[in-house]
Amino acid sequence: MATTLNEHIVTSYEDELTNLNKIISEMGGMVEQAITEGASALLKLDHQQAQDVRQFDKRIDEIQQRINDAAVSIIARRQPMAADLRMVVTAIQVANDLERTGDMAKQLAKRALQIESLNLAPKFYNGVKHMKDLVARQLQAALDAYLTRDSKAAIDVCSRDDEVDAIYNSLFRELLTYMMEDPRNITQCTHLLFCAKSLERVGDHATNIAEAAYYLETGRHLGADEQQRQPR
Amino acid sequence: MAAQNIADVKGRTEELASVVSAARRKDYIFAIIGVLVLIISMGMLVALLYDLFVDGIPRLSWDFLTSFPSRRPANAGILSAWVGTSLVMLVTACLAIPVGVMAGLYLEEYAPKNWLTDIIEINVSNLAGVPSIIYGLLALGLFVYILGLGRTVLVAGMVLALLILPVVIVATREAVRSIPVALKEGAYGIGADKWQTMWHYIIPAARPGILTGAIVGLSRAIGETAPVITIGALTFIAFLPPAPVQGTPPFVNFDWLSAPFTVMPIQMFNWISRPQEAFHVNAAATGVILLAMSLMMNAIAIWIRYRLRRAHKS
Amino acid sequence: MTDIAATASEFAAPEEAATVSAHTADASISIPHALRAEVRNLSFWYKEFQALKGIQLPIADRKVTALIGASGCGKSTLLRCFNRMHDLYAGNRYDGEIVLKPEGENIVSRSVDPILVRMRVGMVFQKPNPFPKSIYENVAAGLRIRGINKRSALDERVEQVLRQAALWNEVKDRLDSSAYDLSGGQQQRLCIARTLAPEPELILLDEPTSALDPIATAVIEELVDELRKNVTIIIVTHSMQQAARISDYCAFMHLGQLIEFGETEQMFTNPGNVKTQDYITGRFG
Repeated sequence: MATTLNEHIVTSYEDELTNLNKIISEMGGMVEQAITEGASALLKLDHQQAQDVRQFDKRIDEIQQRINDAAVSIIARRQPMAADLRMVVTAIQVANDLERTGDMAKQLAKRALQIESLNLAPKFYNGVKHMKDLVARQLQAALDAYLTRDSKAAIDVCSRDDEVDAIYNSLFRELLTYMMEDPRNITQCTHLLFCAKSLERVGDHATNIAEAAYYLETGRHLGADEQQRQPR
Repeated sequence: MAAQNIADVKGRTEELASVVSAARRKDYIFAIIGVLVLIISMGMLVALLYDLFVDGIPRLSWDFLTSFPSRRPANAGILSAWVGTSLVMLVTACLAIPVGVMAGLYLEEYAPKNWLTDIIEINVSNLAGVPSIIYGLLALGLFVYILGLGRTVLVAGMVLALLILPVVIVATREAVRSIPVALKEGAYGIGADKWQTMWHYIIPAARPGILTGAIVGLSRAIGETAPVITIGALTFIAFLPPAPVQGTPPFVNFDWLSAPFTVMPIQMFNWISRPQEAFHVNAAATGVILLAMSLMMNAIAIWIRYRLRRAHKS
Repeated sequence: MTDIAATASEFAAPEEAATVSAHTADASISIPHALRAEVRNLSFWYKEFQALKGIQLPIADRKVTALIGASGCGKSTLLRCFNRMHDLYAGNRYDGEIVLKPEGENIVSRSVDPILVRMRVGMVFQKPNPFPKSIYENVAAGLRIRGINKRSALDERVEQVLRQAALWNEVKDRLDSSAYDLSGGQQQRLCIARTLAPEPELILLDEPTSALDPIATAVIEELVDELRKNVTIIIVTHSMQQAARISDYCAFMHLGQLIEFGETEQMFTNPGNVKTQDYITGRFG
């Protein structure tokens, strides 16, 4: 699916576009790491790791700023057209989604700091852990689809979002059950519910990134294309 | 409502159509007038040439070109006339082209732009319009009487050179002026000085125009009668001037410059003013030769221009 | 009396400083690069008409400086001051200085021979203007004028600059054919090679791509991008997009004055002057 474009006559322009892609890839890696470590801090209740994740978020914000600056500079100085223009515009979108995802990782770390003292029962974790694995995979797949300009993979990511939603719903019911069983669980479970919600949002951002990947590659919007394919 | 609109559009289209057809009619009328004028003028020229050729061509023969004038029309030829014409043209070309080209280059490129050069410019243009007999008078007074050069090939060449000098100057200036500013600035831009720019860039590029101007000037000079008569060229010459080239060193010889001479237009004039019909035929034949020479010069001009342009552009 | 004058000047001073500050007319604009040339308080007159008014402009070494502005703003006039092209036409007058660094000679001074200036400052024109000669002779022209006629030296330099101008591969088999056989874009690159050959200290480009199609333009822009590593370039362009693409520094001119000078990136994302902003965003008028 992915098409390779010929190089630009002006090599420094080519370099700038490649560089933009590189920073996004770098930022994607950082955000993936943040999610993994945030979840790990939560699951292991590791105080130090939670603090680290909160610090890490600042670096993610900085790198988002770098992407935005680079994109604005390319728009101002190179007047990108067609595929290049989509590349620059989606770079800003993707950076934004990644930054929000980074915020979600920070949320997880914050919760970890808050529930440290609460002594959670391990059974509560399983659903959250499962969900974290799924959204991390989603995020990775979406980024890969974006960086390799693979519209087919992007469609796959979007179609898997329903899975994330399903897990979130079942996790919600599960935690609700625990709370009804024993009101002393309410505080812990509410915190975990918020964490689940954060992870569900990460899934949404992954979908956004996949949609951006689809738009980058095809120039069409995935939602509109899907509707055309399945007329109701 | 739609029907209304269609009617409107139709009305507007018809209006426009009437404007367009009026404009076309004007074009058509003008084209007809143009063709008529062209037919009249070309027709007269053709009639003239036809008359000349019908009279002249049967008289042409090798003997006609290689015989001296004679009292008997059948024996008369134009040897001294065409040799005279050729020599006079040689002198004219040698004088008018270098002087004219240099004057033109100076005026166009070197001369400061002030009132003096303005006056010179105006005078040069006006000189081109001075009747040729005035040049004849000048030459008679200055060259023949004051300088005492005599009624010679040199003086004839000089007066004809003076006559066509304005043509050469104006042609040179036009040729130089028509060179794109970009070429000139390009030459200056790489650090060329005026001399280098002039000789390596401007003159080569202007050469077709300069040469065309020079040859157009010469083909005007070849037919000039009045100034040559005014200085008193002979009408009957039964000998040739000394040859400009000789077999013994120094191989060139300038005695011919001071030789008396005649030229073809004068020979024609002389014959046409005689009562015998046979001499009139001789005059027509001379006219054919004269015409051929001047057409040949024009052809050379076109050929040179074509060749140089191709060398430059292709 | 003196008191009043002093007070007045005290009041006037800060205000003046505020209006001309950061971007233009203070004595010299400092930039974080070594300078190759500097325009100091340059004014220029075409006969009675003042086309440039007190221009201050630093030219960074081995960078591309673009001059932009609407038609008639004086950008081409300023460019042509750098190689004294105006001296070809009577009645033009310079005032102020353009100094070449590092030795600091004022090249618009009356005592400096314009031909010498043109030998040091090369220029590429708006329309490709190759000489009516062969490709080889076009490139060699500048060298021959400087008295270099040795075939081996010429051969070597011609190949070198044709390679530098990204033209060698296209013309190496037909160096002796006429320069007019080349396409417009190739002709312009040939003109750039011709300008490069004598190793000028400064290269002036006067709207070098305005007669070319977008691809030929991109090739020239790539060439400029490569050249900047070794030479200092000043380019006039009517396309501010082009200025944005290829320049490091950018000067915006209006009615003979320098309105704003700065790094291109800064100029095109966040210009400091309202006029600049209006011009580059297409709100001028």
